[in-house]
Amino acid sequence: MTKQRDPRHDEQVSEQQPEPAFGRFSRRSFLSQLGAATAAATAAPFAHAAATATIEAPPAPDEAMAIPGAVPVTLTVNGQKHKVMLEPRVTLLDALRDHMQMFGTKKGCDHGQCGACTVHVNGRRVNSCLSFAIMHQQDEITTIEGLAKDGQLHPVQQAFLEHDGFQCGYCTPGQIMSAVALLKEPIGADDDSVRAAMSGNICRCGAYNNIVDAVQQVRHQA
Amino acid sequence: MEVFRYSQAQSVDNAIKAGGKFIAGGTTLVDLMKLNVEKPQALVDINGLKLDKVEATPEGGLKIGALVRNSDLAHHPEVQSRYAVLSQALLSGASPQLRNMATTGGNLLQRTRCYYFRDTAYVCNKRQPGSGCSAIDGYNRIHAVLGGSDQCVATHPSDMAVAMTALEATVYTQGPKGSRSIALNDFYLLPGNTPDKENVLEPGELITHVTIPALAAGTKSYYIKLRDRAQYEFALSSAAVIARVNGKKIEQVRVALGGVGTRPWRAKEAESALEGHEANPVNFRKAADAALAGAKPLKDNAFKVELAKRAIVRALEVATQTV
Repeated sequence: MTKQRDPRHDEQVSEQQPEPAFGRFSRRSFLSQLGAATAAATAAPFAHAAATATIEAPPAPDEAMAIPGAVPVTLTVNGQKHKVMLEPRVTLLDALRDHMQMFGTKKGCDHGQCGACTVHVNGRRVNSCLSFAIMHQQDEITTIEGLAKDGQLHPVQQAFLEHDGFQCGYCTPGQIMSAVALLKEPIGADDDSVRAAMSGNICRCGAYNNIVDAVQQVRHQA
Repeated sequence: MEVFRYSQAQSVDNAIKAGGKFIAGGTTLVDLMKLNVEKPQALVDINGLKLDKVEATPEGGLKIGALVRNSDLAHHPEVQSRYAVLSQALLSGASPQLRNMATTGGNLLQRTRCYYFRDTAYVCNKRQPGSGCSAIDGYNRIHAVLGGSDQCVATHPSDMAVAMTALEATVYTQGPKGSRSIALNDFYLLPGNTPDKENVLEPGELITHVTIPALAAGTKSYYIKLRDRAQYEFALSSAAVIARVNGKKIEQVRVALGGVGTRPWRAKEAESALEGHEANPVNFRKAADAALAGAKPLKDNAFKVELAKRAIVRALEVATQTV
């Protein structure tokens, strides 16, 4: 079987890297650099590892370290095209986090059982851990980073804040992506229908009651 | 996960010739590849094939493309109004996210949730023929009471396939040897001495669509699923019932079971015990006893025998509208 060049790779692609969602200093980049500075005093190899993890200076896709079997893959995430080199076995989740510096989508179980990795593909919620990135080159992908518009939180994000719909927050991006998707799904009006529709998102802290309240507030506003 | 070659198929012919494992939704396959249970050398992405339509058949039934997503099928107006059992079964399976990914063809080919099959630290005849079965003498609460062999007692996990078994669906395939149709009830194999061989598909053979026949006017159907959680859990026992009652007499009935068999389980003994008889609790219980007469419970799953019987009785009550 020969690998055919996918004509979609030839599309005009912006080489510009996206700005971090919250300006040049994100919490992650700050912590990474702090880690790098600390590690530099004791162990140089770690300093290098931490420095390459910052989002300020990701390697340009074409200069990326050659990975055996990696092929050019173009993904449209939150309206912006990203060209990356990926092995076919890289999941959409790992592509977002490890290759595109978008850390909002979380890795929980990595087996489609917890929902922390929930993103939208063409407006529908899916588990990004159970799908290979290379299979999504024609799709519009939306992550938690793409919900806020013009500095305004999405109503579901705002409702989660108002109802304290989280404790540790690790499941929250997935919960919110599920909640946003269910607003357009044919489900019943009662709380039990919301619980059923949110059953693919597990919350270890047990913030379920507040999550249901947040979802219902948004549904009643609509 | 092992490395693999990846290609996209642009046509069914192209997919068959590509010579790799087909991937559509990936919800089972990617999961098992991460566990090193599945180690395909090549994957053929079939999502580009135009097999995603639900259409009426000339005979009044439905033709369901292999790539129709579980959520789309469950919410399809024709399925909801005419085949309630199928919609209910689909919506009882997995989570909304997984149902948006999982396809009709892939759902039929789901692999078992047997813990030992999924964990390469244990021997498993299904995963590695001849290595032994860890479940028969192990912890076997979720395992089968019907259709097992001394080589394998793993259950088939699909809800959709149970509803389609009751609906007497037909699977259509295309492969290196041409096209064929297979009654769903002949599609799945019992484990016997070859538990690695779960269905009659041959290498390179692709499911293109499934048909379900029209139901006679007045036919009702229902799917009940009993499990450890209210949502997002595999069945310990489930029952799909399709019934047509005239007055009090059951004219036609189909019963299929999930969670208790090594394959989606058609309970013909229950059907024979019911057809031509009155729809009442005594006859429902007799039918349930008949369906489980051949049950062989293991150390930890004897409860499934009674659970399955109650699932049958309950589904019959609802489908015949006697409660």
